[in-house]
Amino acid sequence: MKLTGRVIKQGQAAGRALVSPEPIGFLGGVDPETGVVIEKGHPLEGECVAGTVLCFPTGKGSTVGSYTIYRMNKAGTAPAAILNAQSEAIVAVGAIISEIPMLDQVDLAKIDSGDWVSVKGGRVLVEKVSPRVTPPTGKWC
Amino acid sequence: MKLTTEEQAMLAGEQGPAVEKAIEIVVALGEIYGADRLVPVESVQVAGVSYKNLGPAGLGFLQDWAGQGAQVRVPTFLNPAGMDLLRWKELGFAEEFARPQLKVVDILGAMGIDTTCTCTPYHIGQVPSLGAHLAWAESSAVSFANSALGARTNREGGPSALAAAICGRTARYGLHCDENRLGTTRVIVNCPVKEPSDWGALGFLVGQQVRDGVPYFRGLETGEDSISSTPGSPAWDSLKALGAAMAASGAVALYHIEGVTPEAALEPMLRPDHSTVKVDSLEPGYLALSGGRTDIDLVWLGCPHASLPEVARLAAVAKGKRFLTDVWITTSRHVRQQAEEAGYVATIEAAGGQVVADTCVVVAPLNGRYRTIATLSAKGASYLPSYLGAEVRYGTWDQLQAAMLTGRWGE
Repeated sequence: MKLTGRVIKQGQAAGRALVSPEPIGFLGGVDPETGVVIEKGHPLEGECVAGTVLCFPTGKGSTVGSYTIYRMNKAGTAPAAILNAQSEAIVAVGAIISEIPMLDQVDLAKIDSGDWVSVKGGRVLVEKVSPRVTPPTGKWC
Repeated sequence: MKLTTEEQAMLAGEQGPAVEKAIEIVVALGEIYGADRLVPVESVQVAGVSYKNLGPAGLGFLQDWAGQGAQVRVPTFLNPAGMDLLRWKELGFAEEFARPQLKVVDILGAMGIDTTCTCTPYHIGQVPSLGAHLAWAESSAVSFANSALGARTNREGGPSALAAAICGRTARYGLHCDENRLGTTRVIVNCPVKEPSDWGALGFLVGQQVRDGVPYFRGLETGEDSISSTPGSPAWDSLKALGAAMAASGAVALYHIEGVTPEAALEPMLRPDHSTVKVDSLEPGYLALSGGRTDIDLVWLGCPHASLPEVARLAAVAKGKRFLTDVWITTSRHVRQQAEEAGYVATIEAAGGQVVADTCVVVAPLNGRYRTIATLSAKGASYLPSYLGAEVRYGTWDQLQAAMLTGRWGE
């Protein structure tokens, strides 16, 4: 299945999708050393975002979160690509300074955790994995 | 978005990788928020200076950007750091915090930034003119610049403000555009607003109601006819407290006061479809902000950073007295210097208080040092419980004064 989006950070990447129905705040919400979501009660709590195509509606929290994404990239725990429904400044700046391909205005309802997703420019290719494999928990951690 | 030839060249990397990254950030934000073009900025205030917030991640990024040759091209200054940059040892800050904090400031200084760390740059000569485009970051400074001075700035994040300084531009959206500067909510104030803490209590209540709207106050007197022409007037401290509170309890970045603030002095700045709220009493504000123990460990003044008259007021209380609590008044290095020359610092120190520069109690690593803090600042009172885990007493100047001299909070 092909989707499109608006390019926030140009680039090319692929990985397993990890989909959050809730916004993600990186400062205090994700451990930059491990890439694991640590925000209490978050739908992705305990999941590792490293190497995934991380899909979430939008960012939230402190603007210092941009630097958390930068640190994750240096530590090798950053997502391979980021897809948002609506981008905001924190994650956008984080993706730009960390050279992580990022799109927004993507129809995230069409993507499930575990799908194989390739991003190139403003195009998104989603390959459903059938039969469904287990979500990529811990796979890159 | 339309870019000039020079901006396109910057984006293509013709002015080096540091400028390319900066303009890439500014353009991306412009795309996200629907800007039509970029505008040159007159000055920039960069937030995210405290190592407590930046951590190794932010320090690493700043180091890398500086390594690419990042230099600011407009006057740029800083938000408070995590400690007094000169007297940190004396004030009990640990060396392992001080070392990276000083490094952050050094790196920013090497980019050509004036390393004055303050949230009230307008108290020390950074007074933008009516209509000037800025990229300021700290929420109360943004509110003051937009409202009291009629300059134009969105609330920038730390990295986006720095990006604006490095490429000299910001994207024209939000509060840079006329149509977004009209009042969204008319606020009718039916009670007296006199005390410094009254302004904070009012701001706290209004910020909760209008969230990210633009309040338009009617029936509010600051005791001055025109504040725009009189820098340093007492009205400035009232407007500072009001704006800081609304930015803390809501996300207000601009407000108007009819007949007082410069844009509302020219013409009615109200949207035709505005809503209306009434404030009949400030009591609910005081009640929401104050609670906890009555034994006070620290009395904190100077949030946002104190003006010279505010330091003078504390000095008058301190004269010949001995404080029974810790007393901190936080301010800019420049105002501390002036206070020193005027003898205020010596008087306050003789009573056992501290005039602390470059930092504030919220962005400093003071967790666990103070259990109950008394403050005049609604912004401080809003943030202290979550940032420091402290209990807060919020009240009038007289209550604060009594707390300093008795160690206890009196109702």
